[in-house]
Amino acid sequence: MTSALLYDRLQFAFTATFHYLFPQLTMGLALLLLYLRSRALVTNDDHYQQVSDFWTSIFALNFGFGVVTGIPLEFQFGTNWARFSTFAGGVIGQTLAMEGVFAFFLESSFLGILLFRKRFSRRMQWFAALMLFIGSWLSGYFILATNAWMQHPVAYQTGDDGRVFVNSLTGLLTNPWLFWQFAHNMTAAVVTASCAIAAVGAYYLLSGHYLSYAKTFLRTGVVAGAIAAALMIFPTGHGNAKQVFDHQPVKGAAFEGLFTTERGAGLYLVGQPNLETMTIDNPIEIPNALSFLVYKDLYAKVKGLDAFPRDEWPDNLPLLYYAYHIMAGLGTILATIFGLALLSLWRGRLFKMKWLLWLLMLSAPFPYIATSAGWMTAELGRQPWLVYGLLRTAHGTSPLVHSGNALFTLIGFLGLYLLLGLLFVFLLGKIIQRGPGSVDSEATYPA
Amino acid sequence: METLWFIVVTLMLAIFIVLDGFDFGVGMVYPFVVRTEVERRTVLASIGPLWNANEVWLIAAGAVLFFAYPKAYAAGFSGFYLALILVLWLLIFRGLALELRSHVDHVLWKQAWDTAFTTASLLLAFVFGAALGNLIRGVPLNRDGYFFVPFWTDFQPGPEPGILDWFTVLLGLATVSILAFHGANYLAMNTEGTLHKRAAWTAWVMGWVSAGCTVLTVTAVPFVQPSLRLNFAGHPMEYLVPLSGLFALGSSLYLRQRQHDTAAFFTSSVFILLMLTSVMFGMYPYILVSTTDPALSLTVFNAATDSYGLTTGFAWFGVGFLLVVAYQSYVYSLFWGKTRSDDAH
Repeated sequence: MTSALLYDRLQFAFTATFHYLFPQLTMGLALLLLYLRSRALVTNDDHYQQVSDFWTSIFALNFGFGVVTGIPLEFQFGTNWARFSTFAGGVIGQTLAMEGVFAFFLESSFLGILLFRKRFSRRMQWFAALMLFIGSWLSGYFILATNAWMQHPVAYQTGDDGRVFVNSLTGLLTNPWLFWQFAHNMTAAVVTASCAIAAVGAYYLLSGHYLSYAKTFLRTGVVAGAIAAALMIFPTGHGNAKQVFDHQPVKGAAFEGLFTTERGAGLYLVGQPNLETMTIDNPIEIPNALSFLVYKDLYAKVKGLDAFPRDEWPDNLPLLYYAYHIMAGLGTILATIFGLALLSLWRGRLFKMKWLLWLLMLSAPFPYIATSAGWMTAELGRQPWLVYGLLRTAHGTSPLVHSGNALFTLIGFLGLYLLLGLLFVFLLGKIIQRGPGSVDSEATYPA
Repeated sequence: METLWFIVVTLMLAIFIVLDGFDFGVGMVYPFVVRTEVERRTVLASIGPLWNANEVWLIAAGAVLFFAYPKAYAAGFSGFYLALILVLWLLIFRGLALELRSHVDHVLWKQAWDTAFTTASLLLAFVFGAALGNLIRGVPLNRDGYFFVPFWTDFQPGPEPGILDWFTVLLGLATVSILAFHGANYLAMNTEGTLHKRAAWTAWVMGWVSAGCTVLTVTAVPFVQPSLRLNFAGHPMEYLVPLSGLFALGSSLYLRQRQHDTAAFFTSSVFILLMLTSVMFGMYPYILVSTTDPALSLTVFNAATDSYGLTTGFAWFGVGFLLVVAYQSYVYSLFWGKTRSDDAH
């Protein structure tokens, strides 16, 4: 790997991962805020109004960081991946331009209304929340349509000069890959937001502050989180894995750590891939489980890495394997915690169960880690391809941006985003410390 | 079709410069018009609910450029690599300054973000002006359709230019002064009392500086890019566009003096819009002119995506554009008028 390619990849991976810490919360929270504001509007209950206002200020903080870290991603298609842009612009230019025109304007225009909401009626605030929900989910849809095409190219034709062009816009927007990917990603976003709401509720309840708010937070977060976590695993997570084995079998074999083709393949829960011996060290394995999950047959044959030429293997196998296992492991843990919490809530005991509240509070980072690991699975597993089967990553870079410039900007992003991360944590802490109910009198509005 | 999308991209960029331009302008004149914390908050609240949507015009224009002319997007963005990453960092600081300033009540926190806001606005205006200068002057495109320009070489607009040479620096400074004028006009329209007085005075000064810079720039263009005149020579009626632009600048100064704040702001908007349109008239059909060999230039024809893409794009873009104009006008109307002091707290 030439060093420019390495820096280009690291820069995109780093800026994309960092960016997605924010939208995964805002997309999920947009749905929950719409629910909270609907409830405030229908019941005319000040309590729900204050709950909505508190989460709107957290939404706004995240949205702001999401916007400033999101612009670099769109620019980097051109700055660092010029040959990819030239090659695929005829297809993904469509979805990216649609995202700009349909989603970004909607979000940014109506966020202003929610920030300056004191001037507007509750009905108007509700309407702005609805528009933010539509805008943020549309944005997710278009960007996932772009990624789905890179994972599973459809609806394109190749021109005389080797570039690709879309030949059916509906085909591009209804890419079969997109269905499971969108469903899985959005349920995961709702899990992130629910977990944040439940965790803040648990924190308040355990520390004996804002008790009535804490209970509302917990009820909302636990119910939404339990539903979303269940859907995230089945059917959407399963559907995603299934389509990987159908269309990208080498990715599936790599993230499961299946080095050799087997009948009745097992599922590794834990273990370290050993590239010297092509085996898993210290395995804890459920026999036949992988064959069953993929083909509903305990003895079905699953292709291992040995079935594919070495130059088509994902180039960072251990990282891919760990990313997938961290995602799946944390997803299962989260679903279990939410399931227990829902059961306890239903039986009226949750607010007295300290250990479960502690678990809910401490699990706030898990969805972020699981989501980042999930995206690493999708993207590392796509390697060595940038567009699956069509364009290799090594052939997508900008030809004249040399490693000195790429490293310069990578270091700059690392430093700048470290500052951003510190600022975010500091300000989030302030909002949580200040607590709900006092928001109106505080400076949560710009200026 | 190729030409139609050229008009669309140009129009979107021009709207960006007019709308986000006044945000940059407000940022630049900010330290000169405010004295107290209440005044600072009033000024920031005047753009508070609007700047984010204004910035989206840049992002959307970039995305539409990518969609309609992938080759030009790829060549331009990778060629101006350093300048574009700089723009990203500046946009991050500008955005954070506007969003985070109110979160902490500490004088140093506020001073830091005030400085970030002004510095980022100033540099952004300068870089966008210099970028326009680079488009007019041309870039050293190679046979594969790519180029790379460093920040500077010998500061001469020759065949091996840098992003900064005397011509692009001149355009950068002109843009700084014009957007400062424009932003001060916006503030004068939205404020009252002493704040209004200072904004109006700043606009008056910056208006004359803008006029001077505009004359210098218009004189310099034919020396750097003689071919810009060819389109105008072919269609003399088009000379009306830059002439109307200059007339709009004159009117704006006149209206400024007569204290017609709203009219002065609208005429400075028209001035910016018409001057950018004239440049695009002169450039057409070139998007990126090659300084090494004119035959290597990227035009709206050889950089475009295929006709299916361009045609289908028009269907959804038409709908999307109308929607954007509808609700952006609506949001502007909600916040129209003098910035209320109860917004500023």
